[in-house]
Amino acid sequence: MEIATLNLNMLGLLPEIVLLTMACLILVIDAYLPKHQRYLTYQLTQGTLIGTALLIFASFPEQRVLAMNDMFISDPMGAVLKLFIVLMVFFAFIYSREYLRDRNILKGEYFVLGLFAVLGMMIMVSAHSLLTVYLGLELLSLSLYTMIAMHHKSQTASEAAMKYFVLGAIASGMLLYGMSMLYGVTGTLDLTRLAQTINQIANDHTVSVAILEKISEIKNDNIAVIAIGQQITENAGGATAAIAQILSENTDNTAAIAAIKPIIDQTMQSYTILLFGLVFVIIGVAFKLGAVPFHVWIPDVYQGAPTAVTLFIASAPKIAAFAMLMRLLVDGLQGLQVDWQNILILLSILSMATGNIIAIAQTNIKRMLAYSTIAHVGYLMLGVLTGTQEGYAASMFYVVVYALMTLGAFGMIILLSRAGFEADQLDDFKGLNERNSWYAALMLIVMLSMAGMPPMIGFWAKWSVLAQVIDAGFIWLAIVAVMFAIIGAFYYLRIIKLMYFEKAEDKTPIEANIDMRIALSANALIILLLGIMPQTLMVVCLGALGVS
Amino acid sequence: MPGLNEFLILSAVLFCLSIAGIFLNRKNLLIILMCIELMLLSVNTNFIAFSYFNADIAGQVFVFFILTVAAAETAIGLAILVVLFRGKNTINVEDFDTLKG
Repeated sequence: MEIATLNLNMLGLLPEIVLLTMACLILVIDAYLPKHQRYLTYQLTQGTLIGTALLIFASFPEQRVLAMNDMFISDPMGAVLKLFIVLMVFFAFIYSREYLRDRNILKGEYFVLGLFAVLGMMIMVSAHSLLTVYLGLELLSLSLYTMIAMHHKSQTASEAAMKYFVLGAIASGMLLYGMSMLYGVTGTLDLTRLAQTINQIANDHTVSVAILEKISEIKNDNIAVIAIGQQITENAGGATAAIAQILSENTDNTAAIAAIKPIIDQTMQSYTILLFGLVFVIIGVAFKLGAVPFHVWIPDVYQGAPTAVTLFIASAPKIAAFAMLMRLLVDGLQGLQVDWQNILILLSILSMATGNIIAIAQTNIKRMLAYSTIAHVGYLMLGVLTGTQEGYAASMFYVVVYALMTLGAFGMIILLSRAGFEADQLDDFKGLNERNSWYAALMLIVMLSMAGMPPMIGFWAKWSVLAQVIDAGFIWLAIVAVMFAIIGAFYYLRIIKLMYFEKAEDKTPIEANIDMRIALSANALIILLLGIMPQTLMVVCLGALGVS
Repeated sequence: MPGLNEFLILSAVLFCLSIAGIFLNRKNLLIILMCIELMLLSVNTNFIAFSYFNADIAGQVFVFFILTVAAAETAIGLAILVVLFRGKNTINVEDFDTLKG
């Protein structure tokens, strides 16, 4: 047994350590603050987020660096995703403050739980072991369950929390079951070593299949041995090397083939167990992303949760879920890419279809945006399934843009809501242009971007994943995706019609804090600006994945 | 001494039982929480069996983490259950149907 040497390399996870310390401190400080000084909690939270972002920026890694005995990885992709996560949460907190105060749930716990959720997301992004993936995921999920249930006077909120909790726990269970299978076959939790072993088994499997074919084709053992020998020219190692050795040592060809058989059986069995584990892992990840058929929680949770929490759940955690997809499937299970590609194609088509079609039938805007999220997840997976670095970069671009747009859309719902009134029906957007043309213009930008109209950034996001899908040779898939995008445009455009061509029923003036107004305007204008200069964000995403 | 296969079959049976329990049960939310716990325990069985037969300690360490997280998860689940019960005076699964569409 080798002696474990400590390789902590704590500097690599300085942002996480600072964030954890500050979250604990804020929890204590908030408990001792007098009631009229509670606004300090909010300011400290936002300060912590800014500090964390600066630290991530300052310690931006040039290449992959492992820390904490290889449990933790910091690489450019992780750092970029973390920066965006922190940014999204920063905006989400600005939007949610007034909403929470109006409903009497502006408690310090909300912000502390939010910070812990950010920590969970950052750990997920930087996970380099099955254990860290799981722990990060649970830290995020447990915080989210609690944040939804915080509005304890609302029946729908507690019901949504319960549904999310039960389904989330099932998904974690599935993920763990899959992880246990992967661990069983490879004997390691470390993602790099896992990837090496799986590559080995996948290669052995290819060779084994070829050998079996030859044996069944050629009845003469002497010729069969020569044919087998031809299969083993490259990728020698593991089972393949064992077979090669048997061939070189054995002079009796019939005995050699008999000796090869058990090795081949063993390889086939390992490969089957790996696939079994892969399916469970994908179910777990698909649940967290909200891909059909594991999407049932999304509409209920989005509608039932207080809008401020919906805003939180819909934006940053999706970036983290994308990171989890990358860490598990790309970093860990690259060797099984042929197999997971097909599963992702199926999930992606189902998500685009279900999301876009059911969204049309919704009258509740939160529920409509929930189905729109499901559709967006379908598009986001298009890039990953190509299996190229450019494809991953396109998906990363998509998820960041998606989070930005969702933030804007839910921000508008919060803006129109006030004490005792939820603007969660489509009709609440009627005649927004009459009431306030600036906000109507902002919502117009967000909706056009979600529908994928140029010159908004949403168009470039769809364009980049579709270009990658076509490059990978799936033209039919690109056509299907475009068709569903056209169907999906209908319900976004309906909101624009309601805002501009209908009479307002509710004439109450729209009031909001100055910081909320600035943040929301900035949010929508960024969507427009990035749409004019999509290269800026695309270069960041490509650079993060090492494509120049 | 049972072999690896026996342990894997046991844990697969437990896992299926817990899934069936969650989806077939229409009466009591507490039973769902119990099924979730059972599911995590079946995964633990898997990890311990693999860890023993692969002679690798990491799997057993993972089990400790799962146990700890499961405890936290149950605490949160029960807390949400209490909030729900206060509002509706019932923990019957079929009564929670406000959100649909």
